[in-house]
Amino acid sequence: MALPPLDSLQWNSPWLAFGWGLRSITQTILTLVLFATYLGIGALAHDTHFSLLWALCSTLFVWAGPAQIILITTLGSGATIIQSAIAVTVSAIRLFPMVVSVLPLMRTPTTKRRELFFAAHLTAVTLWVECHRFLPLVPRERRIAFVNGLGFGLVSVCLTANTVGYFLAANLTQTLGAAILMLTPLSFLFSTARNSREVADVVALALGVLLYPLAAKMNSGLDILVSGLIAGTIAYGVHWWREVRA
Amino acid sequence: MSYAQLIGDWQALVVLFVAGVVPNQIWRMLGLWFGGGIDEGSELLVWVRAVATAILAGVIAQIVVQPPGALASVPDGLRYGAVAAGLVAFLLTRRSIFAGVVTGEVFMLAGKWWLG
Repeated sequence: MALPPLDSLQWNSPWLAFGWGLRSITQTILTLVLFATYLGIGALAHDTHFSLLWALCSTLFVWAGPAQIILITTLGSGATIIQSAIAVTVSAIRLFPMVVSVLPLMRTPTTKRRELFFAAHLTAVTLWVECHRFLPLVPRERRIAFVNGLGFGLVSVCLTANTVGYFLAANLTQTLGAAILMLTPLSFLFSTARNSREVADVVALALGVLLYPLAAKMNSGLDILVSGLIAGTIAYGVHWWREVRA
Repeated sequence: MSYAQLIGDWQALVVLFVAGVVPNQIWRMLGLWFGGGIDEGSELLVWVRAVATAILAGVIAQIVVQPPGALASVPDGLRYGAVAAGLVAFLLTRRSIFAGVVTGEVFMLAGKWWLG
């Protein structure tokens, strides 16, 4: 499927643009990665004793895979609400620059802020990547509708995956259940590694994985925050050192 | 599947909003309100992104090191081996997410089957 040319009648109404956005989910491998990830999140929610409704609400209202996994694993392993909230909010800070950089792509001089509300809510790493790829092919005055369609499609795929993963975890043999749970760390590790463009990103990812088991030995309840702050700050130091030397 | 599994209790949903939805959504809404004046390449944001990446890395490690539910039935070495095998495939295929995930899964399932 190719998007129609910019001057085509196919862009005449916002609903048509919404439809093109919806259909664009078939044009990216990331849809498959999201499906696998949310299959894993559904299974994870089941095995940490959250309800299906809870899992679906987290997808609908949080709509950020890392935050959802952090929330489920920290709450599931006995962290307090405050500890979970801190870990979630730190993981979500990256959404701020994403929203800031993606909204100008669809703004026109007459766009009101509330028209961008859903686009801002739907912004997460997948949508952010796809906006940069698709939006240049969409007429500017139809971009908000297109993004809403694309986001609606992706959310629907993920809600379906959550439900399937939840029921699979409940009904599969232990081995296949384990395989579905394993989708989460694998898909996050490799999609994060793939998005790492700078040395600091790679250092943060590798050190973050290696330092966690050490931090967990302290058993402070803040393990993830401690290893994340230390590994992230070292990674930033590497970045800073390279800038100074350059 | 029981009612508790499908719907759960309302307290859990309150916790979801307080610990999950609000702390996450606040950054998007700040971006919507104050977007425009922030330089995406600023040093503060580089640090924030590095810490956020490392926190996510910690969560990935936590699931593998202290596995939930059914994943705990897989021996430690096999879980670590699956991640390592996936990583090798990912690097050999010039960073294919698909190759990494499939290889890790196949390694773990084959190992589980081999061990009986």
